[in-house]
This record gives sequence, structure tokens and C-alpha cells, in this order.
Amino acid sequence: MSTPYVLLGFLAERPRHGYDLKHAYDSRFPKAKPMAFGQVYATLGRLERDGLAFAQGSDQAGGPERTVYAATPEGRARLEEWLATVETPAPHVNSALLAKVTVALLVADVETASTYVTDQVAAHMARMRELTAIKTSPQSALSDVIAADYAINHLDADLRWLRTTLDRVSDLHREVHT
Amino acid sequence: MTAEPLLTGRGVVKSYGQIPALRGVSVDVAEGEIVAVTGPSGCGKSTLLHCLAGILTPDAGEVSYRGERIERRSEAERSLLRRSEFGVLFQFGQLVPELTIAENVALPLMLGGTGRRQAHTAALTWLDRLGVAHLADDLPGAVSGGEQQRTALARALVTEPRVLFADEPTGALDTLAGEQVLDHLLRVTQDQGTAVIIVTHDARVAAYAAREFALRDGEHDPSGVGIGSVRRGRRARGEVATEARAR
Ligand SMILES: Nc1ncnc2c1ncn2[C@@H]1O[C@H](COP(=O)(O)OP(=O)(O)OP(=O)(O)O)[C@@H](O)[C@H]1O
Ligand SMILES: [Mg+2]
Repeated sequence: MSTPYVLLGFLAERPRHGYDLKHAYDSRFPKAKPMAFGQVYATLGRLERDGLAFAQGSDQAGGPERTVYAATPEGRARLEEWLATVETPAPHVNSALLAKVTVALLVADVETASTYVTDQVAAHMARMRELTAIKTSPQSALSDVIAADYAINHLDADLRWLRTTLDRVSDLHREVHT
Repeated sequence: MTAEPLLTGRGVVKSYGQIPALRGVSVDVAEGEIVAVTGPSGCGKSTLLHCLAGILTPDAGEVSYRGERIERRSEAERSLLRRSEFGVLFQFGQLVPELTIAENVALPLMLGGTGRRQAHTAALTWLDRLGVAHLADDLPGAVSGGEQQRTALARALVTEPRVLFADEPTGALDTLAGEQVLDHLLRVTQDQGTAVIIVTHDARVAAYAAREFALRDGEHDPSGVGIGSVRRGRRARGEVATEARAR
């Protein structure tokens, strides 16, 4: 599940209260269904319990008093670890991929984001080669071929998105560094 | 790689007028190996393939086949090499429309001096291997795109080359027809121990190869992420991009 990491990513960017987190999530992942407040607070509770976030203080800017949370150094370290780990190339990992790229661009630098995407592309390609070998093996039954096709085509969609993302990110990198 | 590579490019440079297409590309291909050359449109894939196949002469750098330089040989010598050791397969439009399927396949052998009857027999054997023997007497215009590609593959392989150069060989076909061409290509080249250099921008095609050689802007991209979008002109900058920039 990537939701806790996404919230942790928002907190690593800057301290926020629960409402702010929900708003950031909903606007960042507009395709996902809006996050329930219950889930925001339950997730914050777990992050706090695990020492990844802490209640930094409260904020009462023109409304009710709200607790402001921030990421702990351990939380940041955990986030970096997550960002550096490629997702298992299975069909429908795409939402996890999007979560990682989004968070990487938010809290890490462009190189970190590019490295992650590059590693993920390599993992996807390796899996596609395995699936293609299954598909072309004379021992494979029709059902194996059809299942392999399903996975290959979904991975292909991920790959095209990853590569486009990498192009966008490296264009940006060139602009920033020249 | 322990054995000496079959085909090597060293620092291959090629420009078209002012346009640099290859900026010093080095690549090794081993005997029987399948390599996918990938990268965004215009990155130099076809140019590299043509330089390695001796169709184009590089401006600088070396191309060697079995340890011998070939890039400065005369056109006659290179053409002999292409006829005997190399086979080429392009996206489409390679068959002679006035000749039957079998005559098209027999053609390279006859150009090499093989007698008509013997060439025809060999052509039929290859058409059979590629599952299109029943079309032997048809004209190319009367058969499907996939069948034309399988015929072109038979023609590329009839001389039993050691290297097959394929430039987007399935680019004009639908998924299943393309897959059949690839399956045949893979099977017969593996049987014969023929090395294959296949240019593609499709990851699903690249996944047939054991190794990917990615190009980017005329240079080897060792990260292997070559297959990508065409990105010419202005990029639309999204919200995410703006944030990363702010850092
Ligand atoms: N005959 C030519 N005259 C002028 N420029 C050329 C010619 N052929 C290729 N180019 C240019 O050289 C560069 C590399 O072209 P090349 O055809 O090798 O790319 P490619 O990777 O095969 O692209 P695609 O995926 O579109 O086939 C491009 O910028 C292209 O515009
Ligand atoms: Mg090309």
C-alpha cells in the first residue's frame, strides 16, 4: 500500500494538519476516490505510533484548532528507502508507480526521481523478457500465452508512461542545470 | 563475452549534411545473439543498422566483421558480403511486385550465381519453414502484410546469413501478424545460429531479444531506457514538474 508513504511524503515536504493532507492527496491523485478523514487520521495515528511522524504543534489560523504533523528523521529515511525500491513488475502496479514518482518529485530531487524511474524500467523490461520467453516456449499452453499477453500489455503501458515521465523529468533537469 | 564478437562497431560517427545521426557508437554482437536496438524516433537506430550492415559508410569509426574491417571496402566487396553473410529485413516494400513469392525468395541465390532450379527448391524449403509455401505462385500484391513479411524473411534467410539485420520488421503489422513474424524469425535464426539485430521502438518486440542496446540522440544510452516518446517541440509542463523545478 502506498497511501501511508504518500501522506508521509506530504509531511516530509512541509508540516501539515489532517485536513491539509486530505486536500493535498485529493488534488494530487484526482483519479483516486477522495480520501476519507477517517483514513487520514488512522494513517497519521499509525505513522506517529511507528515514529515516522509526530505532532509538532497546533495551528488555529482563522478556524478550529488543528494538530500539525511533521515527518521525523526516521520517517524521511523510510521514505527514501521506499523511493529507492522498485515495484514488483506485475500488472496494475501503475498506481504505486504514480505514487512513487509523485512523491519522489515532491520530496527528493530530479536525479533521485530519474534513478527510480530508470530502475523501474529495467525491472519491467526484465519481467517482459521472462514473460516473452514463456509465451514463445513450445511447452506453453494457449492459456499460458493468453495470461502472458495480459501481463505483457499492461507492463508495456506502464513502460510507455515511465519513459515519457523520464523524458519530461530529464528535460526539466536540463532546463534547471543549464 | 568470451568469444570474439562476430560484428563490432567502434566509435561509429555518421552525419547527414549538418545533422549528426551517430556521435560515436560502439557495439558488439556475438555469434547467434539477438540484440534489440531501441530508442526514440530519430535517435539513429536505422543509421546504426545501415552502418553495421555496410549499406552506409560511417564518417569515422570502424565496423568489423569476424575481426576484419569492412567499412572502407569497395561497394562491390560490401555488396558481396551483404549477399553472402548478411540478411536484411525492413518494415515493408521489399518484395519485387512483378515476381511471384517463390521467385522473390529465389532472387538472392540467383544473384549469387545459383541455378534457377536449385534456387527455386531452396526458396520453397524456406517458404515452408515460414509457413507460407502455399503462396509460392502468388504475386506479393495478392497476399497479406504478414505473409509478405514472412516472404521477406525467407528471402533474407535463404542465403543462410550469419547476421540478420531487421529494421522495425513488424512495424506495419497488427499484433498477431507481427507476433507470427517474430516467432518465425526467432525460431529459424536460433536453429541456424544466426545473430539478429532488430531495430524497434516497441518494448514488446524488444523483449524478444536477450539484450537491449538503447540509443539516445545518436549515442549509446547505457541506462537502457531508450524506448521513449517522441519529444520534439515544447513540452507541456504539469504541476508535478513545476514543483521539482522549484527545488
Ligand atoms: N537521408 C537522410 N537525410 C537527412 N537526414 C537524415 C536522413 N536519414 C536520417 N536522417 C536524420 O538522422 C537522424 C537519425 O535518423 P535515423 O533514421 O537513423 O533514426 P531512427 O532512430 O531510425 O528513427 P525512426 O525511429 O523514426 O525510424 C534523424 O535526425 C534523421 O532526421
Ligand atoms: Mg528508423
